[in-house]
Amino acid sequence: MSVLTLKNISLTLSDKKILHNVNLEFLPGKIHALVGPNGAGKSSLAFTIMGLEGYRKFEGDIIFKGESLKDKSIDQRAKLGITLAWQEPARYEGLTISSFLEAAYSPEKGFKPEEALLKSGLAPDLYLKRAVDKTLSGGERKKVELASILAMMPQVVLLDEPDSGIDIESLERIFDAIKILKKRGSTVILITHSLKVLEHAEDAFLLCCGHLMEKGSGHSMCRYFKGKCMPCDHQNMPEADDAK
Amino acid sequence: MPNNDALRLYKTAHIDKALDDPNVAHLTISHDKVISSQSLPGLNVIPKEIKDGVDIKIVLEEGVVIKNPVHMCFGMLKQEGVQRIILDIDIKPKASIFVIAHCIFPDAVKVQHLMNGKIKVGEHASYTYLEKHIHADSGGVEVVPKARVMLSDYARFKTDFELLQGRVGKIEIDYETICLAHSVMEMTAKINGSGDDVIKINESALLEGEGARGVLTSRVALRQNARAEVFNKIIATAPFTRGHVDCKEIVQDKAIASATPIVEVRDPKAHVTHEAAIGSVDSKQLQTLMSRGLSEEEAVALIIQGLLS
Repeated sequence: MSVLTLKNISLTLSDKKILHNVNLEFLPGKIHALVGPNGAGKSSLAFTIMGLEGYRKFEGDIIFKGESLKDKSIDQRAKLGITLAWQEPARYEGLTISSFLEAAYSPEKGFKPEEALLKSGLAPDLYLKRAVDKTLSGGERKKVELASILAMMPQVVLLDEPDSGIDIESLERIFDAIKILKKRGSTVILITHSLKVLEHAEDAFLLCCGHLMEKGSGHSMCRYFKGKCMPCDHQNMPEADDAK
Repeated sequence: MPNNDALRLYKTAHIDKALDDPNVAHLTISHDKVISSQSLPGLNVIPKEIKDGVDIKIVLEEGVVIKNPVHMCFGMLKQEGVQRIILDIDIKPKASIFVIAHCIFPDAVKVQHLMNGKIKVGEHASYTYLEKHIHADSGGVEVVPKARVMLSDYARFKTDFELLQGRVGKIEIDYETICLAHSVMEMTAKINGSGDDVIKINESALLEGEGARGVLTSRVALRQNARAEVFNKIIATAPFTRGHVDCKEIVQDKAIASATPIVEVRDPKAHVTHEAAIGSVDSKQLQTLMSRGLSEEEAVALIIQGLLS
């Protein structure tokens, strides 16, 4: 029984069709990956699920625990149990990491801000009073983002390119945090074009030019992605009909 | 023993406990009366009551370092009236002081608070000044602070102006600083406007000594029908001077904001930069917080709280 189901999702942005009748099912407590080259529509699909500005008018339906998300705002979707971590997280002048984590903190399910920060690889006494601003490196900011998700402990987490701008050691921390989310019953959806990230997924879906091309286990999709997708002539040529 | 007016001012400013410390200097003025004061060795504070206010001469003697913040309380508990504060501050060479001015108008319906300051910071001296305003919710306050500041060689001057509690009413800040060689100046204004508040910030710095540095920062949040105009100006006339003007204004509802950063360089070895951003709350910031479960209103409030913190 899926926790999140996408039914025939099609999305058009500025007269350009970005997603074509995408049907997907995400299972509870599993780590899924949406994989595909740049411009495949992975992030657009994640933004559509989250209901971000500009991604609200789509065809089809998104069903979360039996309920349509179509008319739900971002915060309503979040309150139901869905969240998104951006590839390039926002920075906030003056807002402390402590306040940022408190804003996400769910006392019933999530880790306390100090604990969440520690599990993301940042020492609370060094970071809680710092601002979520440009003084943080890209890697530190990603870890703070992950900490806020651990503090929230939602049912479905969309992680957009969790490895971008991250060093190898920090990447392991991020994978550890993903395992914690899984252990706590969250469904994790990794949006990636990295084989290293894909290896951590139990199920994977290959998107190309807005079409769902293939489904399979993380390992099988790794092989497919390496063997068939990487040398694909359609990369950065988003003529959707040719891709099929 | 402080009288009732003093106690109310202290409690509103949350300084009632700090002032019990005999090592903390303070001066409390309610409307045009000096109601309490305490000084420390090397710090000479001479207040003189004048019509509608107080004329204050402050001299910090050479080499004297005041460790604890000095509290100045300029309050008016009446609903109507004018409070005129004249400040003449002389920080002698190698001296250092941190002053917190609490400007408290909790019941104001029609109050004018006029401040006229002349500040001299001596060589290698440091003067830090934080001005915190607490106003009534009626918007019946008009605040007009003016200051002319002269920084000697290697002097440091840092000032923060905060008007975050209660309605602004009308405010017109006018600060002008002249920076001599290797001096450092930082001026920051943080104001939260609503209703029909009117905010004008006019700050300027002349970097005329070699190696002088200055930063002018403004952070303004506006909603409803509030208006703000920010004029920040840095002129660099000497080599190796460095300046930066930074203005951010968040506008909601029918509020109107403008920013005019002026940078002028008259020496090829000087460098002055500016940045200004005016508009609604950043969409990615907002959507990130909403994706954690905050409503749009809660998310905007948190972003503004950070910006003005």
